[in-house]
Amino acid sequence: MSRTLTPSDRSAVLQQNRAGRGERFLRALRTPGGAVFVLLVALLAAIIAVNPSFGEPNSFIRFIGRTAPIAIAAIGQYFVIVSGEFDLSMGSVVTMQVITAGNLIGDDDAKVIPVLLLMFVLGAFIGLVNGLVTTLLRVPSFIVTLGMMLALLGLVLFWTGGAAQGNPADSFRQIGRGGIEGVPVLEVIPYPVIILAAVAALAFWLMRRPYGRTLIAAGDNPTAAALTGAPVWWIKTRAFMLSSLAATVSGILLVGYAGVHPSVGRGYEFTAITAVVLGGVVLGGGRGWVLSAAAGAFALESLFTLLNFVGVQSTWRDSVQGAIIIVAVAAAAKTWQRKRKGTAAPAQEVQPPNKAEQSEHHNGTTAR
Amino acid sequence: MRNQSIRTAVTLAAATSLLALAACTTDPSVTEDPAGSAAASPEATEQEWFDQALYDEQFEQRTADFVGDPEKPYLQYIAGEMKDTSDLAVEGAQKVCFANASISNPWRQTGWITMNQQLKVLQDSGVISEMETRDAKDNDNTQIADIDYFIKEGNCDAFIISPNSTAALTPAVERACDTGKPVVVFDRGVETDCATTFIHPIGGFAWGIDSATFLSERLQEGDKVVALRILPGVDVLEHRWAAAEKIFTENGIEATDYFTGADPTEIKKIISDELATGDVQGIWMDAGDGAVAAIEAFEDAGKDLPVMTGEDEMSFLRKWKETGIDALAPVYSNFQWRTPLLALEKIFKGEEVPAEWVLPQEPIPADELDQWLELNEGMPDGHYAKFGGEDLPGYPEVWQERQMP
Repeated sequence: MSRTLTPSDRSAVLQQNRAGRGERFLRALRTPGGAVFVLLVALLAAIIAVNPSFGEPNSFIRFIGRTAPIAIAAIGQYFVIVSGEFDLSMGSVVTMQVITAGNLIGDDDAKVIPVLLLMFVLGAFIGLVNGLVTTLLRVPSFIVTLGMMLALLGLVLFWTGGAAQGNPADSFRQIGRGGIEGVPVLEVIPYPVIILAAVAALAFWLMRRPYGRTLIAAGDNPTAAALTGAPVWWIKTRAFMLSSLAATVSGILLVGYAGVHPSVGRGYEFTAITAVVLGGVVLGGGRGWVLSAAAGAFALESLFTLLNFVGVQSTWRDSVQGAIIIVAVAAAAKTWQRKRKGTAAPAQEVQPPNKAEQSEHHNGTTAR
Repeated sequence: MRNQSIRTAVTLAAATSLLALAACTTDPSVTEDPAGSAAASPEATEQEWFDQALYDEQFEQRTADFVGDPEKPYLQYIAGEMKDTSDLAVEGAQKVCFANASISNPWRQTGWITMNQQLKVLQDSGVISEMETRDAKDNDNTQIADIDYFIKEGNCDAFIISPNSTAALTPAVERACDTGKPVVVFDRGVETDCATTFIHPIGGFAWGIDSATFLSERLQEGDKVVALRILPGVDVLEHRWAAAEKIFTENGIEATDYFTGADPTEIKKIISDELATGDVQGIWMDAGDGAVAAIEAFEDAGKDLPVMTGEDEMSFLRKWKETGIDALAPVYSNFQWRTPLLALEKIFKGEEVPAEWVLPQEPIPADELDQWLELNEGMPDGHYAKFGGEDLPGYPEVWQERQMP
């Protein structure tokens, strides 16, 4: 990473970094991670144009509430993707947790807290296994989590025979279904909205901590990160644990929102990955913002809602999701690459390409 | 540099086409008639699945007289052609082979429990030595292989087949018939009458007629009904919708149908979005799985609860009682899972059986709700009220615990 800058370059970089808030804001919007917020606003505006009642505070807060589980899953998936891995087991973890809650809590209010704790332990354990097999046994995470996905799915089928057993106690379902009543303007603040805000704040804080910085470094270039003395295996393992824990929180919210059914959580891993990619996070790791991943989830759900409102058949959904993954990855790769090559940051363009830069920019240069 | 600008252009073009997809759908000409696009495909489906003769037949069968003791509805049938089975009469306990489509929904699970308790009775009385079951897990190919395995190596004295799908399983059922052993087909049908008897409740059209007539009587012309359907392509489900759609159209009720896969998340989203676009007066379901999520969506949105048809699943009956909605529970008689074994008992004795064994199929109206709730007190939410196994050993614990072999 050592690089010598001529004094004039250095002042240009400094100038760019010290640009006014407004300019930095606009610059951020031009990155894929910022553009998703523009897309989100555009989609919401389109929905309200089609169906004005959607814009009423009460409807809108409920929309946020019902999108919270997928946004939380996207935040969890972000940690894994930014570290250069995948977590395909997420949907199965959601399903397993939903079934666990349904089968173990039953109608007994006293079991809510112990089962809740058990679910978090289970979630953390699945993440730990995913992480350790990926990092220590060096099995590609794609394979590890695919195996975990199938194993958990089989377990759920074995446990339930593929059918719902009934909903758990209402006190447990309140977490995903209830809210603070009697709030002015909004009428109600659903608990999922509050939980989403807490998870997002926690994730934001974590990404500004040394852990978050090292996570991105490990995703960008694991060898370089390891050479600095960072325990890459443990950093990545914790990312998997965060992902499974996020899936657990989503599961808890979904039990409340929807109820217990073996189909709850189906396809969640791909929706989460789509959301993360739509949020401008680069597959392969090392680039992207955590809150953009959450915004990606909202943009995706808004798009589906819009398509639904204008009468597009829901069977189109998967095609739309597929197109988004392809286009978003292509666009994001393009833009980040250009930025790193310097077209978006003129201050760096004058630099002669040296060896350090070559290795740092291996992603971009191999494509060239 | 040139290469890069081309790639940028391609990316931009791709992104624009995506945006265009989102943008063009805001075109007011599309929004004016949201039902327009939705209505196009059901019309095609209707032509494919709607069968006027079958519709008329089932319409009549709803009020037909059933032969047999009303206390034992699982043995009742509509008088018709009988099949002589005197040449199939045998002595001693027989081995039965059961090719099951799946037990992947609560309706099939409840029936499977009842069937196994019925089996115990017939084993104790020395009619059946054992029943070997293969579960096809909703897969046609698996079930075909299962049936062929039974024919070649199962050492079976009789076959029971609950087909996964109609057309695909027909040749396999014919191969089973060719063995000369008794073959009992139940629930979904096949395109051959080679089986000794085909057992089923009246059918999907009767379900559609009962439920859609109920909703049409209670709603005004121009009211909105959301139809929640599990999945396309299964005859018993498609017939329900084909009949219901015809009746809704005749009564000027605006019905929009969605496939939900019985996923409660999906059901809630669909209803929330429908309620955000306008009021919904009725909910029609082709199966009760997920009915509770549909009612909850109205509660969460703070809207008036709809007139609704669900199914005789306990979760729906309990929610119906709790909310006091105006509802009807159509029934796809779960007690039919007992009948195949009892039919084999008759066949082994050489007694005649109906060639097509049509079982009663009566919906649960509001005035019978309390009675059915009381009869099934303590049963789990996935239990079906008309399971018809009250006189079997293990009642009620086996159904309460949902003990499946």
